[in-house]
Amino acid sequence: MEELIEKLKKEIIQVLNLEEVKPEDIDSDMALFGDGLGLDSIDVLELIVLLQKEYGIKIKDPKEGRRIFTSVRTMAEYILENQNK
Amino acid sequence: MKAFIRGIGNISPQPTFEKEVFPEGIREYHTAKLQSVEPDYKNFIKSAQLRRMGRLLKMGVTSAGMCLQDAGIEKPDSIITATGLGMQGETEKFLNSLLDNGEEMLNPTAFMQSTHNTVGAHIAVMLGCKNYNVTYVHGPVSFEHALLDSLMWLAEKPSDKVLLGGIEEITELYFDMTDSLGFWKKGEISNLELLEDKRPGTIAGEGAAFFLLTTEENHGNYACIRGLTTRFNPGNQDIALSMVQEFLESKNISVKDIDLLLLGMNGDPASDAVYQPVLDNYSILCTAWFKHLCGEHYLASSFALWLAAKILKNGNIPAAVMLNDRPKSGRVNNILIYNHYRNIYHALILLSSC
Amino acid sequence: MANRVFVTGIGIICAIGNNAGETLASLQTNRSGIQPLTILDTIYRGELPAGEIKLTNEQLAEMAGITDLEMHTRTALLGMIAAGEALKDAGIDPKDSHFRTGISSASTVGGMDRTEINYRNYHQGAPYSNFILTHGCNDHTEKIAVSYGFRDMVTTMSTACSSSANSIMFGTRLIRHGIIDRVLAGGTDALSKFTLNGFNTLMILDKKPCRPFDKNRMGLNLGEGAAFLVLESEKALRDRTPLCELSGFANANDAYHQTASSPDGSGPFLSMSRALESCGLKPCDIDYVNAHGTGTDNNDFTEGIAIERVFGKKIPYVSSTKPFTGHTLGAAGAVEAVISVLSITNSILFPNLNFREKIDELSFEPLKEMVTGIRLKHVLSNSFGFGGNDSTLILSSC
Repeated sequence: MEELIEKLKKEIIQVLNLEEVKPEDIDSDMALFGDGLGLDSIDVLELIVLLQKEYGIKIKDPKEGRRIFTSVRTMAEYILENQNK
Repeated sequence: MKAFIRGIGNISPQPTFEKEVFPEGIREYHTAKLQSVEPDYKNFIKSAQLRRMGRLLKMGVTSAGMCLQDAGIEKPDSIITATGLGMQGETEKFLNSLLDNGEEMLNPTAFMQSTHNTVGAHIAVMLGCKNYNVTYVHGPVSFEHALLDSLMWLAEKPSDKVLLGGIEEITELYFDMTDSLGFWKKGEISNLELLEDKRPGTIAGEGAAFFLLTTEENHGNYACIRGLTTRFNPGNQDIALSMVQEFLESKNISVKDIDLLLLGMNGDPASDAVYQPVLDNYSILCTAWFKHLCGEHYLASSFALWLAAKILKNGNIPAAVMLNDRPKSGRVNNILIYNHYRNIYHALILLSSC
Repeated sequence: MANRVFVTGIGIICAIGNNAGETLASLQTNRSGIQPLTILDTIYRGELPAGEIKLTNEQLAEMAGITDLEMHTRTALLGMIAAGEALKDAGIDPKDSHFRTGISSASTVGGMDRTEINYRNYHQGAPYSNFILTHGCNDHTEKIAVSYGFRDMVTTMSTACSSSANSIMFGTRLIRHGIIDRVLAGGTDALSKFTLNGFNTLMILDKKPCRPFDKNRMGLNLGEGAAFLVLESEKALRDRTPLCELSGFANANDAYHQTASSPDGSGPFLSMSRALESCGLKPCDIDYVNAHGTGTDNNDFTEGIAIERVFGKKIPYVSSTKPFTGHTLGAAGAVEAVISVLSITNSILFPNLNFREKIDELSFEPLKEMVTGIRLKHVLSNSFGFGGNDSTLILSSC
């Protein structure tokens, strides 16, 4: 799980072009949206593409995406539950 | 309909966002593709916004910011922009991805930023500007039509401040495509010796030029835009001379009062020949050009307006842009910009000192 | 300034009709054009329905009288057909030197329908490289201008989904400023893989026919089409009877987000309020709102809130006609302006198809059934685009 969380942090930074952010700056339980990392609705869509490309998981509803991407940990948990389904 | 230019901002193949370009700053290029000299955008845009922006969007937003700062204005009333190709870089990114990935797993950001009004929209969001905001996309006269709308808007709402901008980018792919059609000169080239090179073709350029327009008189104003005209000439007829004559007459100004004719000559002999009847008929005129500095592109006349505004404010014409050596004695008071594209689109803009 | 500007002709081609008459007949019989894609070459043919015009480019070229198909995009062909109908309907010839006649058009797709096919083949030269010359949004306007002889003002605008509402506005203002006497104003957009996939990445497409203003709406259906109004000054009109008047308009910016609209509907509220102010009307003067109503979660909620803010307790009839035509993007403003003209001249209100249940937060429901024999004095038409570009037109009977 921790390995996946670290991998996800690097991928989030890369996909969302967060040039000034390092993986160690992202707390695994920190809110990704709103006051935490400050991501928005467009970032949800980009992360949905990431999940499909890297992990083969298709999210049909962007609102569902918002819940899954609450934090890096919730993302990792979702991936482990749903990969290869 | 007329307006004053209160502020200017320009990012172009010359270091135009820095204070002095002439004469020391002029860049020579040995390529037919002139790309912009760009500032460090981190100094102008927050990283949270910057991360998502394509190159042309960064250029446009920064140039607009510089213009507003120059004008001493925080927020304009309306935003009127122009672009010929639109957000070319983002369009290519999305299209390439679509073709490579067979329509699956595509990234939304590039698509969202491929719409032609992206720059105007971004400026509106960044400044909280809720008023009139439109984008003109008619190729070589996009800027002139945006300028026309600006003048119309100010005639309707004289107390407004209009932010007018022209943006265009040359990507590697678009350059290659148009090169395959013979648009550009090949091999050894120097932009500063463009007119001596009699081979067909010209050099490509790009830029983002913004202007803050107002009806208010102010000692900080650069120039007064007195009017403009455009012509659509699909039959390639010889309209240059008659068009200039009619325009000057309509503006009640005589040729001898024109202190400078600023021409869109671009080094392509066939294209430059279109201006000849005007040059022959008005041989007393002091003439200058600008496309060796900014390259040929649909929004090149926005660079010309920037240059004309600076000349009128400073009162002198940089030697680097002079075409004939008719020295101008006394102040430059009236400039006529004349640009045409393939003899299909012609445009004239008349400006005066304030 | 010449103040009054009249609509003297309309032209349209869309999923429910190749001209105004056919479009009207479909609207009157609840015949929606939202169908599975059969012409656009895409992997989503079985999955995403759209308002596709069931004519190939070859068939469109024949209708438009074009023989060099290789130099004409689908966007241009649609535009030429609708332009021809509008000019004929108005009975005017742009080459008539007694009047200064312009064209103010709009597009978002431009020539992309052709570009995306040959993009990787341009090194092979013509005809594969032709797309380089036809790609721009202005190409279709030039083709129309050359075909019909426009010279006095030839221009194109592009502001996403409000594009042709803005080009109609600009055309009207050109007349009011005395720069031209009459104008062909509107826009065109063809379906393309680029836009279909683009909207798909935003996850706002409905896999079924769209349901604007419905509680359970799932998104929009794309469409394609072209539509134009012929607008004339009072002087150019002479003693002819116009179809109606283009009496008011406004454009405002939501200034909230690139693709999402503000929760309080600020941009749409401003465009509607300012449009009313522009012609001295009060909200209660409006008989019908042709809503932007795309069927997306965001737009319909925001537009609904804005409508309530403008009209208070007295909300006029509201419907979105996008369940008939699909969302025709850059052409939408003009398509829906033409439909509004048809409403006025035929005294009919067209329903908001597929509506079942009202949005909880809104107090009103859209029109569920067609209404006939209704005298319409003032109709308001909304078009809201990406980048918070919000435009409203007001058309009035004469």
